[in-house]
Amino acid sequence: MLKQLHNRWWKILCVAFLVYTFTAGLLIHTPDVPLLHETVRNLFFHVPCWFSMLLLMLISLIYSIKFLRSGRMIHDVIAVSLLKVAMVFGVLGYLTGMLWGNFIWGDLLSWITNDTKILGAAIGLLIYFAYFILRGSIDDEEKRARVAAVYSIFAFILLNVSINVVPRLTSSLHPGSGGNATFTVYDLDNNLRMVFYPAVFGYTLLGLWISSIIIRMTILHYKKNDIPLV
Amino acid sequence: MQFWPSVWGMLKKDLILEMRQKYAISGILLYMLCIVFIIFMTFGQGVRGPVWVVLFWLIMLFTSVNAVAKSFLQESTGRLLYYYTIASPQAIILAKMLYNIGLMILMSALALLMHSITSGYPIVDSPSFLLANVLGAIAFATTFSMISAIASKASNSGTMMAILSFPILIPILIILIRISLNAIQQNNLAVNLQDLMYLAALDVMILAMALILFPYLWRD
Repeated sequence: MLKQLHNRWWKILCVAFLVYTFTAGLLIHTPDVPLLHETVRNLFFHVPCWFSMLLLMLISLIYSIKFLRSGRMIHDVIAVSLLKVAMVFGVLGYLTGMLWGNFIWGDLLSWITNDTKILGAAIGLLIYFAYFILRGSIDDEEKRARVAAVYSIFAFILLNVSINVVPRLTSSLHPGSGGNATFTVYDLDNNLRMVFYPAVFGYTLLGLWISSIIIRMTILHYKKNDIPLV
Repeated sequence: MQFWPSVWGMLKKDLILEMRQKYAISGILLYMLCIVFIIFMTFGQGVRGPVWVVLFWLIMLFTSVNAVAKSFLQESTGRLLYYYTIASPQAIILAKMLYNIGLMILMSALALLMHSITSGYPIVDSPSFLLANVLGAIAFATTFSMISAIASKASNSGTMMAILSFPILIPILIILIRISLNAIQQNNLAVNLQDLMYLAALDVMILAMALILFPYLWRD
């Protein structure tokens, strides 16, 4: 990934995907899904937030494991930068979800206590806020990186339980559980798919782009303060 | 030293230490008694259904965070250094976790006893509830041991313990509460079997992750 930081091709790809998402997403003909109607377009803007958040967390997890194996600070810098951006996407996922919920479920806030998927996402955000607090409470860089990597790997497993296992056990207002049909069964027809998958790619690439800028800034900060960065 | 003898040695050391410093365990018991008493003063005998369940798991959660938190926080840096020279890191974390599992099972039995005496015992399906208790005690003990090891590296570790552990315990608590809610409604182990299996798998996973990750944590 480091070698790709300065390359331009994937940034152009990202812009292309995003332009396509935001034009086609608003213009294409969508199927008339019962209850959702035209708000189904939010699928292109809300769901990719969560997808790219999870993808960024996953890449961050890989870099945490890499850091524990190699002990190179640069891997820790990458892991934490990805998580920072993942947090932003998580918050954006909430905001877009609130907009959608406002139209479908009637108001902006009541679902927080009612829906396990949202609860799972909230737990995920809490876990990573705790991660940043943990980082803040250790002064030594090497120790901070090591302890944070251990916590992030340990927490990711339990996070997976809360977003993958628990929602399947309980009922939810979201599609795919509690008797609601999944999008993949009949809602996500080819028209939606044609925009949805590029949207996920575009969002994820945008996340990687932003985190690459954070990574480069952190590297500069390390260099300026003469902290060895192997 | 060999692996299992050193695990056993560490375990025995923790037990002896607990016997000698009775204030720690009696402090936790007093804590538990206080919560139960407050619940009794508020509700009297009238706690039923979901409220009983949620109060029970709240007692368990806060007792266990207090009981297990000290497992690494109590050790001074020098003493930890000494352990690392005589035992492998896996042996140390395994010994701590086994000790805490024992402690937690004892605590959950005591909490259940006290809570039942003051507020009654509405559970219909005792086998699945007790099984959930044991599995939940294992999950609490292993998670808190690992988080205690992590928090002991940070400054202000007492607060860190709560911040780090509560979010990752919520999914476990959700499964536990689901099982308990089923257990107060119907006497049918089969209903809860899937959740119990999830819980058992989760216990194994946490244990394995702690054994894999702890060696990276202890080096200072």
